[in-house]
Amino acid sequence: MAGKQTISVDPITRIEGHLKVEVVTDGGEIKEARCSGQLFRGFELMLLNRDPRDATLLSQRVCGVCPVVHATASALCLDAAFGVDGSIPHNARVMRNLILGANFLQSHILHFYHLAALDFVDVAAGADYEGADDRLNSLRDFIKRGELAPFMPRYEGDYRLSKEANQQAASHYVQALEARRTAHEMLSVFGGKMPHQVGIVVGGCTETPTADKIAAFLSRLEVLRRFIGEVYLPDVLTVAESYGDYFEIGTGVRRWLSYGGIELETEETGLLKRHRFFPSGRIAADLKLGPVDASKINEHVLHSWYDDTTTRRHPAESETVPAPEKEAGYSWIKAPRYEGEPYEVGPLARTLVAYVSGDAAVKSDVEGVLSQFNAGPEALFSVLGRHAARALEARRLAKAMADWTMELRPGEPVCEWREPPESGSGMGLTEAPRGSLGHWAEIREQKLTRYQLVVPTTWNASPQDDEGKPGPIEQALIGTRVRDPENPFEVVRIVRSFDPCLACSVHMLTPRGREVARCRVL
Amino acid sequence: MGERAGMMEHPAIWFQGSACSGCAVSVLNGVAPTVRDLIVDQLAPGHHVNLRFQPTIMAASGEVALEVLAAAEEAKEGYLLVVEGALPTAAGGLFGRAARPRTAKKGAHTTMHERALELARNASAIVALGTCAAYGGMHAAEPNPSGCVSISEALREAGIEKPVINVPGCPPHPDWFTGTVAQALLFGLPGPEDLDAAGRPKRFFGRLLHDLCPRRGEFEAHKFAKAAGEPGCLYELGCKGPWTHADCPERQFNGGVNWCVGAGSPCHGCVEPFFPDISCPIYRKIGLQELPRIARDEESGELVAVRRPEQVEEG
Repeated sequence: MAGKQTISVDPITRIEGHLKVEVVTDGGEIKEARCSGQLFRGFELMLLNRDPRDATLLSQRVCGVCPVVHATASALCLDAAFGVDGSIPHNARVMRNLILGANFLQSHILHFYHLAALDFVDVAAGADYEGADDRLNSLRDFIKRGELAPFMPRYEGDYRLSKEANQQAASHYVQALEARRTAHEMLSVFGGKMPHQVGIVVGGCTETPTADKIAAFLSRLEVLRRFIGEVYLPDVLTVAESYGDYFEIGTGVRRWLSYGGIELETEETGLLKRHRFFPSGRIAADLKLGPVDASKINEHVLHSWYDDTTTRRHPAESETVPAPEKEAGYSWIKAPRYEGEPYEVGPLARTLVAYVSGDAAVKSDVEGVLSQFNAGPEALFSVLGRHAARALEARRLAKAMADWTMELRPGEPVCEWREPPESGSGMGLTEAPRGSLGHWAEIREQKLTRYQLVVPTTWNASPQDDEGKPGPIEQALIGTRVRDPENPFEVVRIVRSFDPCLACSVHMLTPRGREVARCRVL
Repeated sequence: MGERAGMMEHPAIWFQGSACSGCAVSVLNGVAPTVRDLIVDQLAPGHHVNLRFQPTIMAASGEVALEVLAAAEEAKEGYLLVVEGALPTAAGGLFGRAARPRTAKKGAHTTMHERALELARNASAIVALGTCAAYGGMHAAEPNPSGCVSISEALREAGIEKPVINVPGCPPHPDWFTGTVAQALLFGLPGPEDLDAAGRPKRFFGRLLHDLCPRRGEFEAHKFAKAAGEPGCLYELGCKGPWTHADCPERQFNGGVNWCVGAGSPCHGCVEPFFPDISCPIYRKIGLQELPRIARDEESGELVAVRRPEQVEEG
């Protein structure tokens, strides 16, 4: 395959939102890659001048796949702005963790089976199934009727599992639909409904824990723990056995960041210092652990469709002027950088930070998988490394959630309910299923005068920065060989391993309402 | 529509505009019917929805996906178009970019707004799924930076006449969607008598949440919660039940596990036109004398709020 060739994958389906990826290959190897967010909404602007408490509900509408974490970040941010961050009731801390944890489990299961698996699993192998599995009989009848959407057409030529393994994975695809639904049912025990739960508010939670609710939650959690341990994790390993080269494909920037998240019992109020289930930290290419200092983050826009004068600002001082026809722009996503460097966020980043921090459970999980494949730590920095990190994280989290549920104390308070303060400001940093999430808010005269978000996919799917350094997904693509440009499996497998959420990643950030007028003129 | 092995196949296209995917995720939460019934088995006896294009779950990506969409669009038998999300119109629609196949006569580059209208032209009927598709919703919230409009508004401006059924909610209950589609498959499209002024099936949106609420007795007895976590009616915490049309109290969410008021949270009125602006501040008590009424302006055909709620503190 000689010469340069451009491969455009637009849309990347089976992700949240609207993403286009374009790569240029030379002799079959990717030399350039461009990740392009296709939608601009202006969410932060829509939160301005509202009652700050509305933000915990409305900011969830940024993303219907993981709304909970926006409510969480928003609540953390506004708890501080309202001055109640030191007095969140015990029950509220636990319920917030259970609501968020339930959505992590839902999101990870959904990601592997319903977003990523069809790149590895051939569901057509169910066509001649003969057996007693009700799900496979149903799938066979579906295939026989001959209308194969939405499972066909698809990229062809690189499905490597055996017929039996494909059939089993196809059956698990259907079972996983039930598992992820169960996770949402579990979530709504304390969250009221899902998507867009209503239980998390500034100051605490609205639901009151009772023995029947604790039992209703735990019963579903047990179903999920079995599913994760007996189905999800083994399926990830089955895929890994047949696609071993994907332990080497999709390395990326070799820099990982985690703000840390999920609040454990602690006296410390500083979000980056306190005791959390996911530790905070930053790992650079030398694999040494460093601290996270939120003031060192800024956002570049030279290659985004925003005015160049607004580049390299800290999120809390950011201003965004859309420039939808800018020549050098190719994405609605900005390029956040930490001390000028791109960082990968997400389950792999969290796992590595916890591993290097000396977390025994994480060490044992990671080493278990690596020894099974006779691989060194380098194998983690890959497409399969990300899938494995996600599944192992789900298993650890589900186990911890069972203990947290038993910490609930029926009859005790759930909320420190307050009217909005005259003025205040706050920062909410936490971890979403897809990685590090930050909300920043400022209140004047009891209204929001500034609201900003920097979300996981802004880090991962960022375009080139002002120095021309590609973002993490772009770097993970560069250097990869694409075997068949008409069926670019490598591209979509790499992109989906990051679990991109585009709805989250495209925002307008502005401290001043008057920018609205400029938007309308454009 | 065609019959295969005794099953009526109903082609459908699911288009996402300016959305959060929450509507799609909510449909995955269906209990009866389930999403497996919807995609694989049958939605109603003998009727299968042939979901040819659904970006959140479909196997195809890129050009393969675009060709599927183009082929579905040209199919003579027509299709049900499900629209999720609002349509950005500011900056010539560039805030929401979309693509056609590279061989398309009109060129590959387009916008969500333009593409939605193209797909609407050949559709036999349209389901506007979720409050954004039905009325603009969160994506059109003040100051509506991307100029988002509902599919009905986009059609009206383009002069395209198609039957549109609004199935709002942020997110919509899965039953509201599958029930509406099942109605169409089994008994045909709803007539004007089946829909309310805001274009919603009366079956699900015909009654006030306040009238169905299990805490109605506490409202009548003036037993009000004054802070989150307290027992009692949530009216003082800003509940929008008195002007919200939905059967949430009876149906409940996530397989009947819970719902907003059940979890101690006031109803936000998420199924109503002008949500979220009409509901904000969400935790501020509404004045019962100032309930908004949504009506359709007979001349322009647009939805209007006859009176916006003056959300003043009372007493």
